[in-house]
Amino acid sequence: MDYAFIFSSLIKIAALLAVVLGIMNYAVYAERRISALIQDRLGPNRVGPAGLFQPIADAAKFLLKEDFTPAHVNTFYYWLAPCLAMIPAITTLAVVPFGSSLFGVPMVIADINVGVLFVFAIASLGVYGIVIAGWSSNSKYPFLGGVRSSSQMISYELSLGLAVIPVFLLVGQLRLTEVVRYQIENGWLIAPFVGDWGNLQKWLLAIPMMISFVVFTIAIFAETNRLPFDLPEAETELVGGYHTEYGSMKFGLFFLGEYVAMITGSAIIVTLFLGGWHFPGVPDGSHGWGWGLLNIFIFFSKIAGLLFVFIWVRWTLPRFRYDQLMRLGWVFFFEIALVNIFIAAIIIAYLPSK
Amino acid sequence: MSEQVSASAPPQMVNVQINGVWHEFPKGTRVIEACEKAGSYVPRYCYHKKLSSPGNCRMCLIEMGLPKMGPDRKPELGADGKPVINWMPRPQISCAQDVSEGMGIRTDSPLAQECRKGVMEFLLINHPLDCPICDQAGECRLQEFSVEYGRADSRFLENKVKKPKNIELGPRVTLDDERCILCSRCIRFCQEVAQDDVLGFVDRGSHSVLTAHPGKRLENNYSLNTVDICPVGALTSSDFRFQMRVWFLKETKSFCTSCATGCNTVIGTREDVIYRQTPRENDAVNSSWMCDYGRLNFNYLQSEKRLLEPEILSGDKLVPSDWNTAIAHAAAQLKHFSGWEIAIIASGRMTNEELWLTRQLATTLGVDLIDIVPRTGPGDDILLSVDRNPNTNGARLLGVTSYPGARLREIVDGVASGRIRGLVALGEDAADIGLTPAQLAGLPAFVVLNLLANNSTAAATALLPSFGFAEKRGSMINGKGRLQRLNRAVRGPGQARDDWEILRDLIQAYSGRNGIYSIEDVFRQMSESVPALAGLSLSKIGDLGVQVLEIEQSPAPLWELESEKAAR
Amino acid sequence: MAITVSRPKLNFRERLYLPAILSGMAITMRHFKNMLFGRTKVTMQYPEEKWDSHMPEHYRGAPALVRDDTGRVRCVACQLCEFICPPRAIKIIPGEFPAGDKFAKVEKFPHEFDIDMIRCIYCGLCEEVCPEQAIYLRKDYAITGFTRADMVHNKEKLLEIGGVMHGVVLKWNEKK
Repeated sequence: MDYAFIFSSLIKIAALLAVVLGIMNYAVYAERRISALIQDRLGPNRVGPAGLFQPIADAAKFLLKEDFTPAHVNTFYYWLAPCLAMIPAITTLAVVPFGSSLFGVPMVIADINVGVLFVFAIASLGVYGIVIAGWSSNSKYPFLGGVRSSSQMISYELSLGLAVIPVFLLVGQLRLTEVVRYQIENGWLIAPFVGDWGNLQKWLLAIPMMISFVVFTIAIFAETNRLPFDLPEAETELVGGYHTEYGSMKFGLFFLGEYVAMITGSAIIVTLFLGGWHFPGVPDGSHGWGWGLLNIFIFFSKIAGLLFVFIWVRWTLPRFRYDQLMRLGWVFFFEIALVNIFIAAIIIAYLPSK
Repeated sequence: MSEQVSASAPPQMVNVQINGVWHEFPKGTRVIEACEKAGSYVPRYCYHKKLSSPGNCRMCLIEMGLPKMGPDRKPELGADGKPVINWMPRPQISCAQDVSEGMGIRTDSPLAQECRKGVMEFLLINHPLDCPICDQAGECRLQEFSVEYGRADSRFLENKVKKPKNIELGPRVTLDDERCILCSRCIRFCQEVAQDDVLGFVDRGSHSVLTAHPGKRLENNYSLNTVDICPVGALTSSDFRFQMRVWFLKETKSFCTSCATGCNTVIGTREDVIYRQTPRENDAVNSSWMCDYGRLNFNYLQSEKRLLEPEILSGDKLVPSDWNTAIAHAAAQLKHFSGWEIAIIASGRMTNEELWLTRQLATTLGVDLIDIVPRTGPGDDILLSVDRNPNTNGARLLGVTSYPGARLREIVDGVASGRIRGLVALGEDAADIGLTPAQLAGLPAFVVLNLLANNSTAAATALLPSFGFAEKRGSMINGKGRLQRLNRAVRGPGQARDDWEILRDLIQAYSGRNGIYSIEDVFRQMSESVPALAGLSLSKIGDLGVQVLEIEQSPAPLWELESEKAAR
Repeated sequence: MAITVSRPKLNFRERLYLPAILSGMAITMRHFKNMLFGRTKVTMQYPEEKWDSHMPEHYRGAPALVRDDTGRVRCVACQLCEFICPPRAIKIIPGEFPAGDKFAKVEKFPHEFDIDMIRCIYCGLCEEVCPEQAIYLRKDYAITGFTRADMVHNKEKLLEIGGVMHGVVLKWNEKK
């Protein structure tokens, strides 16, 4: 075994976890501050300077609350569900390249050749957390939340899967580092301003890529149960939806799992459509460790920007009705994504690439 | 009183017009009573239907008329065939006048209203505005009539007359002369009912004050009735004074259990604390009065000595226990002995239901030696009975005793000789009948059911705390054979339980379930086995009681007094 | 009667919903920007900024007992406030002035006077019903405590909040 590989991987895992969990905590803080500003309020500004220690206080509160298990639940699955909500979301990050390289070590934990399939495979496990939570709570609102979530997630996973096919038709690989490399060479998929400026195929392909991007992003909204797709929670209809019967840190895991899912989703969007860690004019890590760190910073900055959009949308749009949600998923996005594949395929097949 | 009237020969009826409507009343009815029966209440201060009518408050002024007589000395009849009424130009007092044939009365005419308003204004001239500290507030006639018949503002600008305040008129009554409106009800009560003529008015005009005769105090055993009948806050009970405002009191109809008379009462409670007991009108028992002794005899229910949890003898000392254990313990102890080794001391203070269950317990255990402890005290000619047990008649009727106290000697001797080895003391102190502490401590089984700790409770092998009269429901038969009902006014303290439940559980410990789940079940089974109670139930007893026994006894002198007054 | 509301007919642009969504997002972004740069300010920073100076005359804060110019606690324990109090927050145990006391003429005073500020709903009925001008709702509104017992204002606390009330009717005056 290559001990250096294991050692570097462990360091990468630890560092990535630390950064992602940190972002997650501050995503909660950002959500509260941004929503407040949108609503002409100030939000949490008491704990520490500008309320920056608020996540610490929140975490302490979650941890110190009584960890209560209601008598009527199925205890094993009741305890399993929060873990299932959190773990897949974090695991997905393993294949996402979050930087170029640092001291010659590639900044991806597992650069596997089926990267995007791995992402879909693991991310779809997230629905089990919610369904099991809804079922094991043995209570009507969580049950309704669980049922809603299973149908919603399955519906939108279709569009999610179909939306990325054009990307891989173009790139020809499922490995995510390759997708990033392709974008470095040919410009970001939705904004191909790099490389051969006279290539017609490249400019035409930007249209299906844009459609893919929009469908994929909206599907990610639905997958993460964010407004306007938060029907499994729907606190005005289902009290708390699938997590009605949860409290303390178990609720905390659901709550934070949603934010980790947002981060993961953003990371995949960034990797697939927004050039990953690449920014025009910034060289990769082989030119020095400073550039390597800057690449990582760029990657997370893009995630932060997307997180802002997530939050912004949440505090702007109202929730869909359930039939509207289903119609949107099956009648519009599914068809759009399907047609989009053909458009992309035709462009790639019949227009000269050079 | 009305009962007595209807009991005699059918009275002669007279026709009276009240507020334009003709009514029929028996001859001799007072105008003020006739108006009340006709639905037009006439306000009054000095008039009290159980006392004479001096007519000195002038509050009951009405407009009155007599039939217009024709030349033939017969009433002239109007178009409706009824007599034409000649209205008197001046108002008349309605409390000192009896109805007569063809009389006309107007209680709400402008003249009557104006008169009342004027009387109210005069009464309030010197009345202090200290309702906030006055105990009468809330049940004060002056307040009520001022709202209903008086004027909203005062025109009196001068200084009010100063009079003595906060005087101890007697050991139990406090007087505030400024509040007195000189109705003289208290004076008449002392003269006519209490037979202790100690109160009177002195000085004249606005300076007239109520006072006790020099060198005398209002200390007769009926003094607190003056507080009840005082329409204002001039006379207040020293015991109840400043304890609780009357509007907070929950009123529960009950009767006094301090002697065999069983005066009907209202118990005033708030949040499980008894604040006062006041008499309730029942012409078959206590008219409208009760004695001070009985009235104030409720503080023991709130005493420190109340037993709060069941205790059983473990080793050589009593330890707190739960009810199931205590009952099982008591029953197991008595099981060791056959019936002739056990004696039961019951109490004349127990309700019929409890006495009947005691009888059942005795039968179950095969006990023959059972009696109640007699309790006597000086009686008087008014209400207080010599027999201070409220339910001696019930104990007799239910076979718990034939002559109260006759068999107590036998119990004492039995314990002394060692023949009696199991003793059950229900609501009585076994030391009172002559058993020594050593004898009691030597008993292998000594089951005590009581509400207060006493001299013998320490020797008990099982101590079962029970309820007092205001905490339970049940019935008793008073000295004159009238079945009356206790209602629950407060909840019992601690873990104490209703006596009937304890007795039922004891019986069930021997004989299994007996279909008794409520006090109603006890009464039903009792009424099925006791002919005198047949067909009755607790609800059928009603608030005024039912006569169930014919007792050979001369009626209390109070009735002679009242019937004399009625004849006057 | 049932009313049928006719649904508006949407044109193609409206049916796309995208313009509506985008304009909605523009609105929220505008609010976000204005708030971020401090151009709108609607939230008062409570512990640092208070409305105390703007409090209207009729503001109903914590109920309190007052003394009059002679130093007497004006309450005579009539218990009308206890009676009227909708959430039953008030508990009074009356006492009697001993003979010879400076205020013996008044006879009665509150031996204990507790207001449970957890229960109090600041309705002001106690002030309205008081026949002695003894209880007033003051402007204190930040009533806090660490335990339930802390939140019960006893007589001393109530008098501390209430202070002295001048210009009230002195009806227990000897001359009256």
